[in-house]
Amino acid sequence: MTIRILAIDDSPTIRALVAKALRGAGFEVVLASDGVSGIESLPEAQPDLIITDINMPRMDGFGVIEAVRADDRYPDVPILVLTTESGADLKARARRAGATGWIVKPFEDARLIAIINRVLGR
Amino acid sequence: MAEMDEIQEMFFDECGELLEGLANGLRQMDQPGYDKETVHAVFRAVHSIKGGAAAFGLNDLVTFAHRFETVLDLLRSDRLEADPALMSIMHRSSDCLADLVTAARQSSEPDHAKREALLTELDRIMADGGDDDAIEFTPMVIDIGALDGEDPLPGLAGEAGFNIHFIPDGDLYRSGNEPAALFLALAKLGEAEIRVDSDFVPPLSDWSEDQPQLRWTIILHTNCAADEIAEIFEFVEDCCELHVTPLTAEPDGPPKPDEISDSSPGDIPETAQINPPEPAQTDSARPSRPAASGGDSGATIRVSLARVDRLMNMIGELVIKEAMLAQVIQTAGMSEDPDVLAGLDAIGQLAGDIQESVMAIRAQPLKLVFQRMHRIVREAADATGKQVNLVTVGEETEVDKTMIERLIDPLTHMIRNSVDHGLEDGETRQARGKPAEGRITLSAAHRSGRVQIEVSDDGGGINRPKVREIAEERGLVASGASLNPAEIDQLLFMPGFSSKTEVSALSGRGVGLDVVRREIMDLGGRVMIHSEIGQGTTFSIALPLTLAVLEGMLIQLCGETMVLPINAVQETMRANPSMLHGVGQDGRLLSNRGDLIPIIDLAGEFGLRDCPATIEGGVLIVIEADNQKRSALLVDGIIDQRQVVIKSLEENYGHVPGVSAATILGDGKIALIIDPEEVVRTSSGDHDRAVPAAAAQG
Repeated sequence: MTIRILAIDDSPTIRALVAKALRGAGFEVVLASDGVSGIESLPEAQPDLIITDINMPRMDGFGVIEAVRADDRYPDVPILVLTTESGADLKARARRAGATGWIVKPFEDARLIAIINRVLGR
Repeated sequence: MAEMDEIQEMFFDECGELLEGLANGLRQMDQPGYDKETVHAVFRAVHSIKGGAAAFGLNDLVTFAHRFETVLDLLRSDRLEADPALMSIMHRSSDCLADLVTAARQSSEPDHAKREALLTELDRIMADGGDDDAIEFTPMVIDIGALDGEDPLPGLAGEAGFNIHFIPDGDLYRSGNEPAALFLALAKLGEAEIRVDSDFVPPLSDWSEDQPQLRWTIILHTNCAADEIAEIFEFVEDCCELHVTPLTAEPDGPPKPDEISDSSPGDIPETAQINPPEPAQTDSARPSRPAASGGDSGATIRVSLARVDRLMNMIGELVIKEAMLAQVIQTAGMSEDPDVLAGLDAIGQLAGDIQESVMAIRAQPLKLVFQRMHRIVREAADATGKQVNLVTVGEETEVDKTMIERLIDPLTHMIRNSVDHGLEDGETRQARGKPAEGRITLSAAHRSGRVQIEVSDDGGGINRPKVREIAEERGLVASGASLNPAEIDQLLFMPGFSSKTEVSALSGRGVGLDVVRREIMDLGGRVMIHSEIGQGTTFSIALPLTLAVLEGMLIQLCGETMVLPINAVQETMRANPSMLHGVGQDGRLLSNRGDLIPIIDLAGEFGLRDCPATIEGGVLIVIEADNQKRSALLVDGIIDQRQVVIKSLEENYGHVPGVSAATILGDGKIALIIDPEEVVRTSSGDHDRAVPAAAAQG
């Protein structure tokens, strides 16, 4: 069964990097360029996992996490925060919002995949 | 690797957009009461550059972007105020960031001194801004630790492995983490024996999500290091109790009493041997969903310029083939057939539409160039100590991408020239009753099939006596020659004219306006100058919309067909003797709209003179050159007016005097495209070529 991952990032570069890594590992990838379009794509995308940036226009990553967690349709979907910042403050905020984990940019493809597999129990 | 290169190229393109947004945002922040969202957008731009740069290991860029971003974060959180002094540093940081991006893209060395100086200033601001909780950032934290298994715990000779006690709390479940997934990950490290202790699960009536309910003990037989265990729990360490002890240290031991105070050791826990189960996330039935990953691919795609160019070339060929087809049809005597004509017409229309569409793909707003000019103005203003405000108008005007790139240098030069020579210094301005801050307006608009770009200043206007003096000094013009104001202004474009003796601080100023003029002419454009004493000076550039196709007038010249760019043509007329005036021995002038304008025999200019030209039998085409001087070209006849595809000659033949390029006509023959400017220039210095009166009368 194909695993589908929704990646939300306002940077086309990061989207491309994430998509390359994920597709290379056999995941199906849906991309969104900001929080709002990410949330809008949920009903159709039905992702098994969400990767989101924090700093984005329209709706930031915290907003995405809170919106997903508040929606009964996607109760336990794991959400990984992909961020340049590794501060404890950010992790705490992400956790309060309901993030599953975090990956610090720049990421290595292998590590990204390992983390996703771990979180998905694969 | 090719894919990575492509993504990196994409990153640099993205940087261009981000830097543009950054510069724009900072300019908005110069105004009091700016929108708060602007600061966020500015922050995000720098942040995205940093993120991407880190992915490609561009550490210079990362370091600078990081500190820049930290200061922006202070602004964003109102811990700093966007006063002019700070904004000036922000603008310069934005410029420096742009330089670093360029350096990274070209793999060249950036200006380290400038960067260091700015970093110092940014650090100072951070210190002032009470930056006690700056954004933490570790650029290179990719550390997979002991995943290679090279550092196993120095276990004793006995059983290697760990005893893991794990008590998740409610947050763990709410954050999308799943104990089963963690256990699976553990099981991959070795053999895991997992026991759940459900004694603490309260009756349903006392159920509270926030209380830990299930407790787990995992005995993991493995050779891996403790780091690897820690990594598995990295996302949940803040929402569980976790005790990991080496098996050898305390084999199969319960947690220490003080760690889990209310444990009841007497119970025999349930034991479960983990076989990789189906992950909970994937086995539930889901609504069917489309296979395509729709998502947000956006309404734009990136296409390499080479592909668009190829398309453009093919359309050029299509236009030629279409003309050839028309010729063949005519030769075959079918040109009267209404069906054939309608079909041909439709193809022609379509070819035109396709051409326009492709041109639209290549078109980019001049914004890309204009925005760079803010920086140029800033630098030039700093160097000259003048206060300058740059106003841009019509940034959205679109021109061909190639043109955009080639406009940067001439515009940069013109803008610097305006700051440097056009504007007076603050004191002089105030003495003249003008605001101390000079204004330079950079505007663009589409005007009758051409793009008009103007650089105007509100300075003192061209100091014509001074210009004349310099020109005479340098031998560009005979001393005491009679020159009208427009002619004096034209001297600025003469090679060798350069009045910049005092300005050395403006770097890259090795060229004069003559080079600007040459560059614009190479783009098929012209430069005009207009100046009013005390009011300012305006340089106008008129450019064609594209470099690939030209609207041309096909003319007949001693049996040859040639093309004259239509934009140079003012009017055409069949010569009649009453309009002609003799001058000197054998010269002739055309009386036209109150002016007497020289007649140039084009066939003579191109050395085609074995058929003697008679003015009366020919057609005169009045053209206007850059300097607003008009001339009349004598040709044998006008054949047609049509778009022609420009084919460069210079690559194979070098520069041919009086000819700018060539094109292929419908019959497959080559026609040369005339450079009217050059023809006028060469002929005016060569009176032998003036139309002989005898021939004219004969």
